[in-house]
Amino acid sequence: MNELIYFFNYVVVAGSVTGCIYAIGAVGVTLIYSILRFAHFAHADMMTLGTLAVLLLTLAFPHAGDPLGLPTAIVMLPVAMAFTSLVAVGIDRAFYQPLRSHGVKPIVMVIASLGVTLMLQGLIRLFAGTGSQNLYVDARKEIFRIDVPGVTRPIILTEPQIILFVITIVAVVGLHLFLTRARLGKAMRAMSDNPDLARASGINTKLIITLTWVIAGSLATIAGTLLSLDVAFKPDLSFFLLLPIFAAAIVGGVGHPYGAIAGGFLVGFAETLAVFNWSVLLRPLRDSLPTWLELPNNLALVGTEYKIVVPFFILVAVLIWRPTGIFKGKVI
Amino acid sequence: MPLLEAVDVHGGYGGMNILNGVNMTIEADEIGVIVGPNGAGKSTMLKAVFGLLTITQGEIRLRGKPITNLSPHKLVEMGMGFVPQEKNIFPSLSVEENLEMGAFLKPATVSRLKAQIYEFFPPLREKRRQPAGELSGGQRQMVAMGRALMNEPSVLLLDEPTAGLSPRYMNEIFDRVKTISAAGVGVLMVEQNAKQALRIAHKGFVLAAGQNRFSDTGEALLNDPQVAKSFLGG
Repeated sequence: MNELIYFFNYVVVAGSVTGCIYAIGAVGVTLIYSILRFAHFAHADMMTLGTLAVLLLTLAFPHAGDPLGLPTAIVMLPVAMAFTSLVAVGIDRAFYQPLRSHGVKPIVMVIASLGVTLMLQGLIRLFAGTGSQNLYVDARKEIFRIDVPGVTRPIILTEPQIILFVITIVAVVGLHLFLTRARLGKAMRAMSDNPDLARASGINTKLIITLTWVIAGSLATIAGTLLSLDVAFKPDLSFFLLLPIFAAAIVGGVGHPYGAIAGGFLVGFAETLAVFNWSVLLRPLRDSLPTWLELPNNLALVGTEYKIVVPFFILVAVLIWRPTGIFKGKVI
Repeated sequence: MPLLEAVDVHGGYGGMNILNGVNMTIEADEIGVIVGPNGAGKSTMLKAVFGLLTITQGEIRLRGKPITNLSPHKLVEMGMGFVPQEKNIFPSLSVEENLEMGAFLKPATVSRLKAQIYEFFPPLREKRRQPAGELSGGQRQMVAMGRALMNEPSVLLLDEPTAGLSPRYMNEIFDRVKTISAAGVGVLMVEQNAKQALRIAHKGFVLAAGQNRFSDTGEALLNDPQVAKSFLGG
Protein backbone atom coordinates (compact mmCIF):
# COMPACT_ATOMS: atom_id res chain seq x y z
CA MET A 1 0.00 0.00 0.00
CA ASN A 2 2.82 2.38 0.81
CA GLU A 3 4.05 1.87 -2.71
CA LEU A 4 0.70 2.83 -4.15
CA ILE A 5 0.69 6.06 -2.16
CA TYR A 6 4.20 6.69 -3.41
CA PHE A 7 2.93 6.14 -6.95
CA PHE A 8 0.02 8.51 -6.29
CA ASN A 9 2.28 11.25 -4.94
CA TYR A 10 4.96 10.95 -7.56
CA VAL A 11 2.92 10.10 -10.66
CA VAL A 12 -0.73 11.05 -10.26
CA VAL A 13 -0.12 14.33 -8.43
CA ALA A 14 3.12 15.27 -10.18
CA GLY A 15 1.75 14.29 -13.60
CA SER A 16 -1.44 16.27 -13.05
CA VAL A 17 0.56 19.34 -12.02
CA THR A 18 2.76 19.16 -15.12
CA GLY A 19 -0.27 18.30 -17.26
CA CYS A 20 -2.23 21.32 -16.04
CA ILE A 21 0.66 23.69 -16.78
CA TYR A 22 1.27 22.24 -20.25
CA ALA A 23 -2.46 22.21 -20.99
CA ILE A 24 -2.97 25.89 -20.12
CA GLY A 25 0.15 26.84 -22.07
CA ALA A 26 -0.80 24.73 -25.09
CA VAL A 27 -4.31 26.20 -25.21
CA GLY A 28 -2.75 29.66 -25.59
CA VAL A 29 -0.40 28.48 -28.36
CA THR A 30 -3.25 26.75 -30.17
CA LEU A 31 -5.59 29.76 -29.95
CA ILE A 32 -2.94 32.07 -31.37
CA TYR A 33 -2.28 29.59 -34.15
CA SER A 34 -5.92 29.20 -35.04
CA ILE A 35 -6.53 32.95 -35.29
CA LEU A 36 -3.17 34.25 -36.57
CA ARG A 37 -1.85 31.11 -38.28
CA PHE A 38 1.66 31.06 -36.90
CA ALA A 39 3.54 29.23 -34.17
CA HIS A 40 4.09 31.83 -31.45
CA PHE A 41 7.50 31.01 -30.02
CA ALA A 42 7.40 33.87 -27.55
CA HIS A 43 4.54 32.22 -25.67
CA ALA A 44 6.71 30.62 -22.99
CA ASP A 45 8.45 33.92 -22.30
CA MET A 46 5.05 35.57 -22.02
CA MET A 47 4.50 33.08 -19.17
CA THR A 48 7.75 34.13 -17.54
CA LEU A 49 6.85 37.78 -18.02
CA GLY A 50 3.47 37.28 -16.36
CA THR A 51 5.15 35.46 -13.50
CA LEU A 52 7.68 38.26 -13.15
CA ALA A 53 4.81 40.73 -12.83
CA VAL A 54 3.36 38.56 -10.06
CA LEU A 55 6.76 38.35 -8.36
CA LEU A 56 7.30 42.13 -8.43
CA LEU A 57 3.78 42.78 -7.12
CA THR A 58 4.26 40.21 -4.38
CA LEU A 59 7.58 41.79 -3.38
CA ALA A 60 5.89 45.19 -3.23
CA PHE A 61 2.87 44.04 -1.19
CA PRO A 62 4.00 40.85 0.58
CA HIS A 63 1.00 40.65 2.90
CA ALA A 64 -1.82 41.47 0.47
CA GLY A 65 -3.03 37.88 0.56
CA ASP A 66 -3.17 37.48 4.34
CA PRO A 67 -6.72 38.77 4.91
CA LEU A 68 -8.03 36.33 2.28
CA GLY A 69 -5.96 33.40 3.51
CA LEU A 70 -4.46 32.94 0.05
CA PRO A 71 -0.87 33.24 -1.10
CA THR A 72 -0.19 36.86 -2.09
CA ALA A 73 0.86 35.68 -5.57
CA ILE A 74 -2.68 34.40 -6.21
CA VAL A 75 -4.22 37.71 -5.12
CA MET A 76 -1.86 39.52 -7.50
CA LEU A 77 -2.65 37.14 -10.36
CA PRO A 78 -5.55 39.15 -11.89
CA VAL A 79 -3.45 42.33 -11.94
CA ALA A 80 -0.54 40.52 -13.58
CA MET A 81 -2.93 38.90 -16.10
CA ALA A 82 -4.22 42.33 -17.10
CA PHE A 83 -0.66 43.64 -17.38
CA THR A 84 0.56 40.70 -19.48
CA SER A 85 -2.50 40.96 -21.74
CA LEU A 86 -1.69 44.60 -22.34
CA VAL A 87 1.93 43.75 -23.14
CA ALA A 88 0.79 40.95 -25.46
CA VAL A 89 -1.54 43.30 -27.35
CA GLY A 90 1.26 45.89 -27.46
CA ILE A 91 3.72 43.34 -28.86
CA ASP A 92 1.16 42.43 -31.52
CA ARG A 93 0.62 46.06 -32.50
CA ALA A 94 4.35 46.85 -32.54
CA PHE A 95 5.79 43.72 -34.19
CA TYR A 96 3.24 41.31 -35.64
CA GLN A 97 0.58 43.69 -36.97
CA PRO A 98 2.92 45.55 -39.40
CA LEU A 99 4.11 42.19 -40.77
CA ARG A 100 0.53 40.96 -41.10
CA SER A 101 -0.51 44.01 -43.06
CA HIS A 102 2.34 43.28 -45.48
CA GLY A 103 0.91 39.80 -45.92
CA VAL A 104 4.15 38.02 -45.00
CA LYS A 105 4.48 34.23 -44.91
CA PRO A 106 3.88 32.48 -41.57
CA ILE A 107 7.57 31.60 -41.22
CA VAL A 108 8.40 35.31 -41.07
CA MET A 109 5.98 35.66 -38.18
CA VAL A 110 7.59 32.69 -36.44
CA ILE A 111 11.04 34.26 -36.74
CA ALA A 112 9.64 37.58 -35.52
CA SER A 113 8.26 35.79 -32.47
CA LEU A 114 11.72 34.29 -31.85
CA GLY A 115 13.05 37.84 -31.84
CA VAL A 116 10.35 38.86 -29.40
CA THR A 117 11.22 35.93 -27.14
CA LEU A 118 14.91 36.93 -27.02
CA MET A 119 13.91 40.49 -26.26
CA LEU A 120 11.59 39.39 -23.47
CA GLN A 121 14.30 37.15 -22.01
CA GLY A 122 16.66 40.09 -21.82
CA LEU A 123 14.05 42.31 -20.21
CA ILE A 124 13.09 39.67 -17.69
CA ARG A 125 16.72 39.16 -16.61
CA LEU A 126 17.11 42.91 -16.35
CA PHE A 127 14.37 43.06 -13.73
CA ALA A 128 14.65 39.68 -12.05
CA GLY A 129 18.33 38.83 -12.28
CA THR A 130 19.40 35.34 -13.23
CA GLY A 131 18.84 33.44 -10.00
CA SER A 132 15.69 31.70 -8.85
CA GLN A 133 13.32 33.35 -6.38
CA ASN A 134 10.52 32.01 -4.26
CA LEU A 135 7.07 33.38 -4.96
CA TYR A 136 6.26 32.86 -1.28
CA VAL A 137 8.05 36.04 -0.33
CA ASP A 138 7.17 36.43 3.31
CA ALA A 139 5.14 33.32 3.96
CA ARG A 140 5.49 29.57 4.03
CA LYS A 141 4.11 27.12 1.57
CA GLU A 142 1.40 25.03 3.21
CA ILE A 143 1.76 21.31 2.79
CA PHE A 144 -1.18 19.00 3.44
CA ARG A 145 -0.52 15.45 4.56
CA ILE A 146 -3.58 13.31 4.17
CA ASP A 147 -3.35 10.07 6.13
CA VAL A 148 -4.82 6.99 4.54
CA PRO A 149 -5.99 4.40 7.10
CA GLY A 150 -3.70 1.41 7.39
CA VAL A 151 -0.79 3.04 5.60
CA THR A 152 2.16 4.80 7.13
CA ARG A 153 2.89 7.04 4.16
CA PRO A 154 0.52 10.03 3.71
CA ILE A 155 -0.76 11.52 0.48
CA ILE A 156 1.07 14.82 0.07
CA LEU A 157 -0.49 17.82 -1.60
CA THR A 158 0.79 21.38 -1.43
CA GLU A 159 -1.32 24.52 -1.34
CA PRO A 160 -0.16 25.71 -4.80
CA GLN A 161 -1.00 22.31 -6.26
CA ILE A 162 -4.57 22.50 -5.00
CA ILE A 163 -4.89 26.07 -6.26
CA LEU A 164 -3.49 24.95 -9.61
CA PHE A 165 -6.09 22.19 -9.97
CA VAL A 166 -8.93 24.54 -9.05
CA ILE A 167 -7.78 27.34 -11.36
CA THR A 168 -7.18 24.94 -14.24
CA ILE A 169 -10.70 23.57 -13.95
CA VAL A 170 -12.15 27.10 -13.74
CA ALA A 171 -10.07 28.28 -16.72
CA VAL A 172 -10.96 25.30 -18.91
CA VAL A 173 -14.68 25.44 -18.09
CA GLY A 174 -14.66 29.22 -18.53
CA LEU A 175 -12.93 28.99 -21.90
CA HIS A 176 -15.31 26.27 -23.04
CA LEU A 177 -18.36 28.35 -22.10
CA PHE A 178 -16.85 31.40 -23.77
CA LEU A 179 -16.12 29.58 -27.04
CA THR A 180 -19.51 27.87 -27.24
CA ARG A 181 -21.91 30.39 -25.69
CA ALA A 182 -20.54 33.91 -26.07
CA ARG A 183 -21.05 35.83 -29.29
CA LEU A 184 -17.38 36.83 -29.44
CA GLY A 185 -16.25 33.31 -28.59
CA LYS A 186 -18.24 31.88 -31.47
CA ALA A 187 -16.86 34.62 -33.72
CA MET A 188 -13.38 33.50 -32.66
CA ARG A 189 -14.13 29.94 -33.77
CA ALA A 190 -15.67 31.31 -36.98
CA MET A 191 -12.52 33.29 -37.73
CA SER A 192 -10.41 30.22 -37.08
CA ASP A 193 -12.60 28.25 -39.53
CA ASN A 194 -12.75 30.78 -42.36
CA PRO A 195 -11.26 34.26 -41.86
CA ASP A 196 -12.48 35.63 -45.21
CA LEU A 197 -16.06 34.62 -44.56
CA ALA A 198 -15.82 36.02 -41.03
CA ARG A 199 -14.89 39.36 -42.54
CA ALA A 200 -17.71 39.06 -45.11
CA SER A 201 -20.13 38.44 -42.23
CA GLY A 202 -19.21 41.73 -40.61
CA ILE A 203 -17.17 40.17 -37.79
CA ASN A 204 -14.67 42.69 -36.48
CA THR A 205 -11.52 40.63 -36.99
CA LYS A 206 -9.24 43.21 -35.34
CA LEU A 207 -11.26 42.92 -32.16
CA ILE A 208 -11.01 39.13 -32.32
CA ILE A 209 -7.22 39.35 -32.70
CA THR A 210 -6.97 41.66 -29.67
CA LEU A 211 -9.18 39.32 -27.70
CA THR A 212 -6.98 36.37 -28.64
CA TRP A 213 -3.93 38.12 -27.22
CA VAL A 214 -5.80 39.01 -24.05
CA ILE A 215 -6.81 35.38 -23.52
CA ALA A 216 -3.34 34.09 -24.44
CA GLY A 217 -1.62 36.61 -22.14
CA SER A 218 -3.93 35.79 -19.26
CA LEU A 219 -3.55 32.03 -19.64
CA ALA A 220 0.24 32.39 -19.94
CA THR A 221 0.33 34.33 -16.67
CA ILE A 222 -1.79 31.70 -14.93
CA ALA A 223 0.39 28.82 -16.11
CA GLY A 224 3.69 30.52 -15.31
CA THR A 225 2.61 31.75 -11.90
CA LEU A 226 1.12 28.46 -10.75
CA LEU A 227 4.20 26.56 -11.82
CA SER A 228 6.55 29.03 -10.12
CA LEU A 229 4.42 28.95 -6.99
CA ASP A 230 4.86 25.19 -6.82
CA VAL A 231 8.58 25.29 -7.55
CA ALA A 232 10.22 28.75 -7.76
CA PHE A 233 10.50 31.62 -10.19
CA LYS A 234 13.37 31.22 -12.64
CA PRO A 235 14.11 33.56 -15.52
CA ASP A 236 14.85 30.55 -17.74
CA LEU A 237 11.50 28.99 -16.90
CA SER A 238 10.32 29.36 -20.46
CA PHE A 239 13.23 27.45 -21.90
CA PHE A 240 12.04 24.27 -20.24
CA LEU A 241 8.39 24.88 -21.09
CA LEU A 242 8.44 25.88 -24.75
CA LEU A 243 9.14 22.47 -26.23
CA PRO A 244 6.68 20.42 -24.14
CA ILE A 245 3.97 23.04 -24.70
CA PHE A 246 4.42 22.96 -28.46
CA ALA A 247 4.54 19.18 -28.31
CA ALA A 248 1.25 19.24 -26.38
CA ALA A 249 -0.40 21.61 -28.86
CA ILE A 250 0.72 19.53 -31.85
CA VAL A 251 -0.11 16.18 -30.22
CA GLY A 252 -3.59 17.47 -29.49
CA GLY A 253 -4.10 18.79 -33.01
CA VAL A 254 -3.08 22.37 -33.72
CA GLY A 255 -5.96 24.82 -33.56
CA HIS A 256 -7.98 22.58 -31.25
CA PRO A 257 -8.33 23.97 -27.71
CA TYR A 258 -9.66 20.67 -26.33
CA GLY A 259 -6.92 18.79 -28.13
CA ALA A 260 -4.36 21.07 -26.51
CA ILE A 261 -5.73 20.19 -23.07
CA ALA A 262 -5.61 16.47 -23.86
CA GLY A 263 -2.13 16.88 -25.34
CA GLY A 264 -0.96 18.78 -22.28
CA PHE A 265 -1.96 15.99 -19.94
CA LEU A 266 -0.58 13.32 -22.27
CA VAL A 267 2.83 14.97 -22.45
CA GLY A 268 2.78 15.79 -18.73
CA PHE A 269 2.03 12.23 -17.70
CA ALA A 270 4.40 10.72 -20.25
CA GLU A 271 7.19 12.87 -18.83
CA THR A 272 6.34 11.94 -15.25
CA LEU A 273 6.03 8.23 -15.99
CA ALA A 274 9.30 8.23 -17.89
CA VAL A 275 11.30 9.55 -14.95
CA PHE A 276 9.38 7.58 -12.31
CA ASN A 277 11.44 5.03 -10.43
CA TRP A 278 9.53 1.79 -11.09
CA SER A 279 11.80 -0.11 -8.76
CA VAL A 280 9.79 1.27 -5.82
CA LEU A 281 6.64 -0.49 -7.00
CA LEU A 282 8.51 -3.78 -7.31
CA ARG A 283 10.01 -3.62 -3.82
CA PRO A 284 7.20 -5.60 -2.12
CA LEU A 285 7.94 -8.47 -4.49
CA ARG A 286 11.60 -8.50 -3.54
CA ASP A 287 11.32 -11.49 -1.22
CA SER A 288 9.63 -13.66 -3.81
CA LEU A 289 12.14 -12.85 -6.52
CA PRO A 290 14.80 -15.45 -7.25
CA THR A 291 18.06 -14.66 -5.51
CA TRP A 292 20.08 -14.19 -8.70
CA LEU A 293 17.74 -11.37 -9.75
CA GLU A 294 18.74 -8.34 -7.81
CA LEU A 295 16.35 -5.41 -7.86
CA PRO A 296 18.24 -2.30 -8.97
CA ASN A 297 17.77 0.85 -6.96
CA ASN A 298 16.69 2.88 -9.95
CA LEU A 299 14.42 1.57 -12.67
CA ALA A 300 13.37 4.81 -14.34
CA LEU A 301 13.04 4.78 -18.13
CA VAL A 302 15.12 7.93 -18.47
CA GLY A 303 17.07 9.96 -15.97
CA THR A 304 15.53 13.18 -14.70
CA GLU A 305 18.21 15.17 -16.50
CA TYR A 306 16.89 13.77 -19.80
CA LYS A 307 13.26 14.61 -19.06
CA ILE A 308 13.11 17.10 -21.94
CA VAL A 309 13.73 14.21 -24.36
CA VAL A 310 10.29 12.77 -23.66
CA PRO A 311 8.17 15.53 -25.23
CA PHE A 312 10.68 15.64 -28.07
CA PHE A 313 10.16 11.96 -28.67
CA ILE A 314 6.37 12.28 -28.50
CA LEU A 315 6.50 15.23 -30.88
CA VAL A 316 8.56 13.38 -33.47
CA ALA A 317 6.42 10.26 -33.13
CA VAL A 318 3.22 12.23 -33.64
CA LEU A 319 4.59 14.14 -36.60
CA ILE A 320 5.54 10.86 -38.25
CA TRP A 321 2.47 8.76 -37.51
CA ARG A 322 -0.35 11.24 -37.07
CA PRO A 323 0.67 14.72 -38.25
CA THR A 324 -2.77 16.18 -37.59
CA GLY A 325 -2.70 15.21 -33.92
CA ILE A 326 -5.28 13.41 -31.78
CA PHE A 327 -8.10 15.81 -32.63
CA LYS A 328 -7.35 16.28 -36.35
CA GLY A 329 -5.92 19.77 -36.28
CA LYS A 330 -4.30 21.71 -39.06
CA VAL A 331 -1.04 20.41 -40.45
CA ILE A 332 1.71 22.94 -39.84
CA MET B 1 -33.25 55.55 -58.10
CA PRO B 2 -31.82 52.08 -58.85
CA LEU B 3 -30.77 49.93 -55.91
CA LEU B 4 -27.40 48.93 -57.29
CA GLU B 5 -25.62 50.58 -60.14
CA ALA B 6 -22.25 49.85 -61.71
CA VAL B 7 -20.96 52.36 -64.24
CA ASP B 8 -18.02 51.58 -66.51
CA VAL B 9 -16.20 49.50 -63.90
CA HIS B 10 -12.53 48.70 -64.57
CA GLY B 11 -10.41 46.71 -62.18
CA GLY B 12 -8.48 43.55 -61.39
CA TYR B 13 -5.74 42.07 -59.26
CA GLY B 14 -2.27 43.60 -58.98
CA GLY B 15 -2.28 45.92 -61.99
CA MET B 16 -3.79 43.37 -64.37
CA ASN B 17 -7.26 44.51 -65.41
CA ILE B 18 -9.89 41.82 -65.72
CA LEU B 19 -12.85 44.16 -65.90
CA ASN B 20 -12.73 46.59 -68.81
CA GLY B 21 -15.89 48.64 -68.44
CA VAL B 22 -18.84 46.77 -66.97
CA ASN B 23 -22.26 48.42 -66.60
CA MET B 24 -25.10 47.04 -64.52
CA THR B 25 -28.28 48.27 -62.89
CA ILE B 26 -30.75 46.42 -60.70
CA GLU B 27 -33.83 47.62 -58.86
CA ALA B 28 -34.89 46.66 -55.36
CA ASP B 29 -37.03 43.65 -56.26
CA GLU B 30 -35.06 42.42 -59.23
CA ILE B 31 -32.85 39.46 -59.93
CA GLY B 32 -29.83 40.27 -62.05
CA VAL B 33 -27.91 37.36 -63.52
CA ILE B 34 -24.38 37.57 -64.87
CA VAL B 35 -23.53 34.91 -67.43
CA GLY B 36 -20.71 34.45 -69.89
CA PRO B 37 -17.82 32.18 -70.83
CA ASN B 38 -15.02 31.18 -68.44
CA GLY B 39 -12.63 34.01 -67.74
CA ALA B 40 -15.13 36.68 -68.74
CA GLY B 41 -14.83 38.33 -65.32
CA LYS B 42 -18.20 37.27 -63.88
CA SER B 43 -17.03 36.38 -60.38
CA THR B 44 -14.50 39.19 -60.53
CA MET B 45 -17.32 41.66 -61.09
CA LEU B 46 -19.19 40.33 -58.07
CA LYS B 47 -16.05 40.62 -55.95
CA ALA B 48 -15.49 44.15 -57.24
CA VAL B 49 -18.98 45.11 -56.05
CA PHE B 50 -18.20 43.62 -52.62
CA GLY B 51 -14.92 45.52 -52.29
CA LEU B 52 -12.67 42.47 -52.61
CA LEU B 53 -10.56 43.94 -55.38
CA THR B 54 -9.46 47.40 -56.40
CA ILE B 55 -11.60 49.28 -58.90
CA THR B 56 -9.31 51.50 -60.95
CA GLN B 57 -11.96 53.34 -62.97
CA GLY B 58 -15.72 53.74 -62.90
CA GLU B 59 -18.17 53.82 -60.04
CA ILE B 60 -20.50 51.58 -58.06
CA ARG B 61 -23.49 53.12 -56.31
CA LEU B 62 -25.88 51.72 -53.72
CA ARG B 63 -29.15 53.70 -53.75
CA GLY B 64 -27.29 56.52 -55.46
CA LYS B 65 -24.50 56.62 -52.87
CA PRO B 66 -21.01 55.86 -54.21
CA ILE B 67 -19.57 52.70 -52.61
CA THR B 68 -16.60 52.21 -54.92
CA ASN B 69 -13.69 50.49 -53.12
CA LEU B 70 -15.35 50.50 -49.70
CA SER B 71 -14.22 47.63 -47.45
CA PRO B 72 -16.40 44.51 -47.28
CA HIS B 73 -16.92 45.22 -43.59
CA LYS B 74 -18.38 48.64 -44.38
CA LEU B 75 -20.56 47.21 -47.15
CA VAL B 76 -21.99 44.56 -44.84
CA GLU B 77 -22.92 47.37 -42.45
CA MET B 78 -24.63 49.15 -45.35
CA GLY B 79 -26.77 46.10 -46.05
CA MET B 80 -24.88 44.09 -48.62
CA GLY B 81 -24.68 40.32 -48.36
CA PHE B 82 -22.16 38.17 -50.19
CA VAL B 83 -22.13 34.40 -50.64
CA PRO B 84 -18.82 33.24 -52.14
CA GLN B 85 -18.81 30.24 -54.44
CA GLU B 86 -16.44 28.19 -52.31
CA LYS B 87 -15.65 28.21 -48.62
CA ASN B 88 -18.96 29.90 -47.92
CA ILE B 89 -19.67 28.28 -44.56
CA PHE B 90 -17.91 27.85 -41.20
CA PRO B 91 -17.45 24.07 -41.34
CA SER B 92 -16.77 23.34 -37.66
CA LEU B 93 -19.54 25.63 -36.39
CA SER B 94 -23.04 24.23 -36.10
CA VAL B 95 -25.71 25.31 -38.59
CA GLU B 96 -27.23 27.50 -35.91
CA GLU B 97 -23.88 29.14 -35.10
CA ASN B 98 -23.29 29.78 -38.81
CA LEU B 99 -26.56 31.68 -38.93
CA GLU B 100 -25.71 33.59 -35.75
CA MET B 101 -22.42 34.72 -37.29
CA GLY B 102 -24.39 36.20 -40.19
CA ALA B 103 -26.18 38.46 -37.74
CA PHE B 104 -22.98 39.39 -35.91
CA LEU B 105 -23.69 43.09 -36.39
CA LYS B 106 -27.30 42.78 -35.22
CA PRO B 107 -27.26 40.52 -32.16
CA ALA B 108 -30.67 41.72 -31.01
CA THR B 109 -32.44 40.28 -34.04
CA VAL B 110 -30.84 36.83 -33.97
CA SER B 111 -33.68 34.72 -32.62
CA ARG B 112 -36.38 36.28 -34.80
CA LEU B 113 -34.28 35.94 -37.97
CA LYS B 114 -33.16 32.42 -37.11
CA ALA B 115 -36.80 31.36 -36.93
CA GLN B 116 -37.41 32.97 -40.32
CA ILE B 117 -34.46 31.22 -41.94
CA TYR B 118 -35.65 27.85 -40.59
CA GLU B 119 -39.06 28.55 -42.15
CA PHE B 120 -37.36 29.44 -45.38
CA PHE B 121 -34.96 26.46 -45.47
CA PRO B 122 -36.77 23.73 -43.48
CA PRO B 123 -33.97 21.12 -43.77
CA LEU B 124 -31.73 23.40 -41.73
CA ARG B 125 -33.98 23.27 -38.69
CA GLU B 126 -33.44 19.59 -38.02
CA LYS B 127 -29.70 19.88 -38.71
CA ARG B 128 -29.23 22.99 -36.61
CA ARG B 129 -26.96 21.36 -34.03
CA GLN B 130 -24.79 19.60 -36.62
CA PRO B 131 -21.47 21.03 -37.79
CA ALA B 132 -22.20 22.70 -41.13
CA GLY B 133 -19.22 20.92 -42.69
CA GLU B 134 -21.04 17.59 -42.38
CA LEU B 135 -24.02 18.65 -44.52
CA SER B 136 -24.66 17.81 -48.19
CA GLY B 137 -23.76 20.32 -50.91
CA GLY B 138 -27.30 21.63 -51.30
CA GLN B 139 -27.77 22.05 -47.57
CA ARG B 140 -24.44 23.82 -47.28
CA GLN B 141 -25.60 26.27 -49.93
CA MET B 142 -28.71 26.85 -47.80
CA VAL B 143 -26.52 27.53 -44.76
CA ALA B 144 -24.40 29.91 -46.83
CA MET B 145 -27.43 31.83 -48.10
CA GLY B 146 -29.07 31.74 -44.71
CA ARG B 147 -25.96 33.21 -43.12
CA ALA B 148 -25.99 36.11 -45.58
CA LEU B 149 -29.74 36.66 -45.13
CA MET B 150 -29.33 36.88 -41.35
CA ASN B 151 -27.97 40.39 -41.81
CA GLU B 152 -31.24 41.41 -43.54
CA PRO B 153 -29.39 42.64 -46.63
CA SER B 154 -30.94 44.93 -49.20
CA VAL B 155 -28.64 43.49 -51.88
CA LEU B 156 -27.56 39.87 -52.00
CA LEU B 157 -24.59 38.85 -54.14
CA LEU B 158 -24.47 35.13 -55.01
CA ASP B 159 -21.46 33.58 -56.71
CA GLU B 160 -22.59 30.47 -58.58
CA PRO B 161 -25.04 29.29 -55.93
CA THR B 162 -25.95 26.13 -57.86
CA ALA B 163 -22.42 25.03 -58.84
CA GLY B 164 -22.10 21.28 -58.37
CA LEU B 165 -25.65 20.78 -57.13
CA SER B 166 -28.10 18.12 -58.33
CA PRO B 167 -30.98 19.40 -60.54
CA ARG B 168 -33.36 18.98 -57.63
CA TYR B 169 -31.34 21.26 -55.37
CA MET B 170 -30.64 23.64 -58.25
CA ASN B 171 -34.36 24.21 -58.79
CA GLU B 172 -34.89 24.59 -55.06
CA ILE B 173 -32.15 27.22 -54.79
CA PHE B 174 -33.52 29.16 -57.80
CA ASP B 175 -36.94 28.96 -56.22
CA ARG B 176 -35.59 30.46 -53.01
CA VAL B 177 -33.81 33.21 -54.92
CA LYS B 178 -37.16 34.15 -56.50
CA THR B 179 -38.78 34.34 -53.06
CA ILE B 180 -35.90 36.43 -51.69
CA SER B 181 -36.23 38.93 -54.52
CA ALA B 182 -40.03 39.02 -54.18
CA ALA B 183 -39.48 40.09 -50.58
CA GLY B 184 -37.73 43.21 -51.85
CA VAL B 185 -34.09 42.13 -51.77
CA GLY B 186 -32.10 42.91 -54.88
CA VAL B 187 -30.19 39.84 -56.07
CA LEU B 188 -27.12 39.86 -58.26
CA MET B 189 -25.81 36.42 -59.10
CA VAL B 190 -23.24 34.76 -61.30
CA GLU B 191 -24.39 31.51 -62.89
CA GLN B 192 -22.98 28.70 -64.98
CA ASN B 193 -26.42 27.18 -65.44
CA ALA B 194 -27.15 30.12 -67.69
CA LYS B 195 -30.46 29.07 -69.27
CA GLN B 196 -32.16 28.14 -66.00
CA ALA B 197 -30.83 31.26 -64.33
CA LEU B 198 -31.96 33.60 -67.09
CA ARG B 199 -35.45 32.09 -66.82
CA ILE B 200 -35.83 33.62 -63.34
CA ALA B 201 -33.83 36.75 -64.10
CA HIS B 202 -35.39 40.18 -64.50
CA LYS B 203 -32.15 41.36 -65.97
CA GLY B 204 -29.35 39.46 -67.59
CA PHE B 205 -25.82 40.60 -68.30
CA VAL B 206 -23.70 38.64 -70.72
CA LEU B 207 -20.04 39.39 -70.07
CA ALA B 208 -17.12 38.57 -72.34
CA ALA B 209 -13.53 39.71 -71.88
CA GLY B 210 -14.53 41.93 -68.97
CA GLN B 211 -17.18 43.90 -70.85
CA ASN B 212 -20.94 43.75 -71.33
CA ARG B 213 -21.67 41.95 -74.56
CA PHE B 214 -25.45 41.93 -74.13
CA SER B 215 -27.67 43.43 -71.42
CA ASP B 216 -31.41 42.94 -71.49
CA THR B 217 -34.25 41.27 -69.64
CA GLY B 218 -33.69 37.60 -68.94
CA GLU B 219 -36.43 36.60 -71.33
CA ALA B 220 -35.14 38.76 -74.18
CA LEU B 221 -31.66 37.26 -73.81
CA LEU B 222 -33.04 33.73 -73.84
CA ASN B 223 -34.89 34.50 -77.09
CA ASP B 224 -32.02 36.33 -78.75
CA PRO B 225 -30.62 33.91 -81.34
CA GLN B 226 -27.21 35.56 -81.19
CA VAL B 227 -26.92 35.10 -77.42
CA ALA B 228 -28.23 31.58 -77.70
CA LYS B 229 -25.70 30.71 -80.38
CA SER B 230 -22.61 32.20 -78.74
CA PHE B 231 -23.26 31.83 -75.05
CA LEU B 232 -26.05 29.41 -74.25
CA GLY B 233 -24.89 26.52 -76.36
CA GLY B 234 -27.49 26.78 -79.18
